Amino acid sequence: MITYLTFVSTLAGIYALLALGLVTSWGQGGMTNLGLVGFYGLGAYASALLVGGGMPIPFGWLGATALAAAIGAGVCLITRTLRGDYLAIVTLGFAEVVRLFELNETWLTGGSNGISGIPAPLKSYFGAAYPIVYMVLTWSLVLVAALALSRLLKSPFGRALRAVREDEQVAAVAGKSVLVLKVQAFAIGAGLSGLAGALYAHFTSFIAPDSFVVQMTIYIFLAAAAGGVTRVPGAILGAIAVMVLLEGSRFVAAAIPAFDAVQVASLRELSIAVGLIVVIQVRPEGLFRSRNQLSGTR
Amino acid sequence: MLTVIGQSLVNGLIQGAVIALPALGLTLIFSVLGFINFSVAAQMTVGAYAGWMVNSHLHWPFAATLPVAFLVAGAVGVLTDRLALAPVRARSGGQTSLMVAVVSIALNLAIESALRFSFGNDLESYDVPVTRDFRFAGLLFGPQELLNFGVALVAAAVLATFFTRTRLGKAMRAVADNADLARLKGIVPNRLANLATFIAMGLAGLGGALLVVTTSVDPSVGSRLVLVVFAASVVGGLTSLPGAVLGALLVGVASELSLLVISPVYESATAFLAILLVLLLRPNGLFAGVSAVRR
Repeated sequence: MITYLTFVSTLAGIYALLALGLVTSWGQGGMTNLGLVGFYGLGAYASALLVGGGMPIPFGWLGATALAAAIGAGVCLITRTLRGDYLAIVTLGFAEVVRLFELNETWLTGGSNGISGIPAPLKSYFGAAYPIVYMVLTWSLVLVAALALSRLLKSPFGRALRAVREDEQVAAVAGKSVLVLKVQAFAIGAGLSGLAGALYAHFTSFIAPDSFVVQMTIYIFLAAAAGGVTRVPGAILGAIAVMVLLEGSRFVAAAIPAFDAVQVASLRELSIAVGLIVVIQVRPEGLFRSRNQLSGTR
Repeated sequence: MLTVIGQSLVNGLIQGAVIALPALGLTLIFSVLGFINFSVAAQMTVGAYAGWMVNSHLHWPFAATLPVAFLVAGAVGVLTDRLALAPVRARSGGQTSLMVAVVSIALNLAIESALRFSFGNDLESYDVPVTRDFRFAGLLFGPQELLNFGVALVAAAVLATFFTRTRLGKAMRAVADNADLARLKGIVPNRLANLATFIAMGLAGLGGALLVVTTSVDPSVGSRLVLVVFAASVVGGLTSLPGAVLGALLVGVASELSLLVISPVYESATAFLAILLVLLLRPNGLFAGVSAVRR
């Protein structure tokens, strides 16, 4: 039971990192990253391959974060002159290409067999207590990211970013460099997704294309939306709520013997999808209303 | 070599003509309602299943299944639009169209999950007579593929007639062109929303049925094909109906030709590449001159 709870809490922490990334690019910057899972998978594979190639684990994580951020910046730049809808399409396509690459470049990614035996940091040192150590490590990173983001979003950068989200022209007239702000926010979001992927890879020590299903993007959108798309603490609570919903519905559905495994899985996905629709319809502000973040001393 | 390229052209045009139907749907919704409806993917699957049901269970001939695919997907499209998307669309604000897009991708997953719950993950095949390809001018043609091509052409022609000859069609084009001006002339854009959604999703469903008849149906067949549909729309400029058709033909031919040099597993990647190239070089679409509507 403890093992299960530790596993789920670690996973919730990874989801929280993803949701924090989405709050930055979607909530604060108004850019929809429908290819979230692509950046997540990219980070996982990048770190697994870097560390597999002999790099120390922290460098693998940094490399994964940097690579995801750089590609995020590139994706954002491609659609710079266009409506936000185009970014949504491009990111969706990006995730599909990443999936195809993971699946078919067997020489690098192992194809559908994936990569196994990804080392975990300091595992031999902690022994049986290791899962708990990794959970604490994950949540420490979540905390660091959350604190850094809160500071960043309260700073002039955050205000300018929200101005861009509300009205790019007005922000441009006020002398803000719209493009730079958008690219930065999107890259931060993508980078956090990459870091989350790296954490996942070294946590389960095995990754395959099946670990990064398209539906995960919707889970994280629900996490971010449920907590209030613009709020840092909301993203963390939202991620926990989504994890409870995912795991809870597993038990509820398993208790109904009339359904087979495929039906149970589809019910879970249906509940997440309907959840996201309902949250956006009924409580667009989420649990945490967006604070009136005007300039001032607060 | 020339024959190989010729064969790719033929296959690409046939595939492109069918892809044009969902691409027209996507473009129509974007033009009239102003948002990207990602649930087009699931509606393709809805149409494919609807056709398969009456074809394999009720033993209707293939041609008779196509109106069913259109009507069921159209009806499901309108119903889900009313339930899920319309309440969000009614909000005002700069972020509305992106919010609706996010809800529509959740809707896509909801419909796909509902289909998976009902039909399972098995591959289902249409019950159509197996026919032999025939050779003409050194190129191979499949009778079923040619029939699909014909159906797509007829559907596009009917659509073109509707938009140029009927009052409703003209009103819809007026809304797409400039919603405020259309309102001044007494057209109520919201009243056209249901009709536009019905036609668009019906086209997606029809396209879905045509795309799977020679292969098989499963709950995520639409999601696998959707990137090509998006590529067709984007290449066509996202707001031009003729552009969507030309875009679909171009993407169809390009992806068939690309198979000569890259592995078939990367067919969707060709579509992504087409999107990137168009956005980098001609962001308003390759056919922006063709009755384009700017937004």
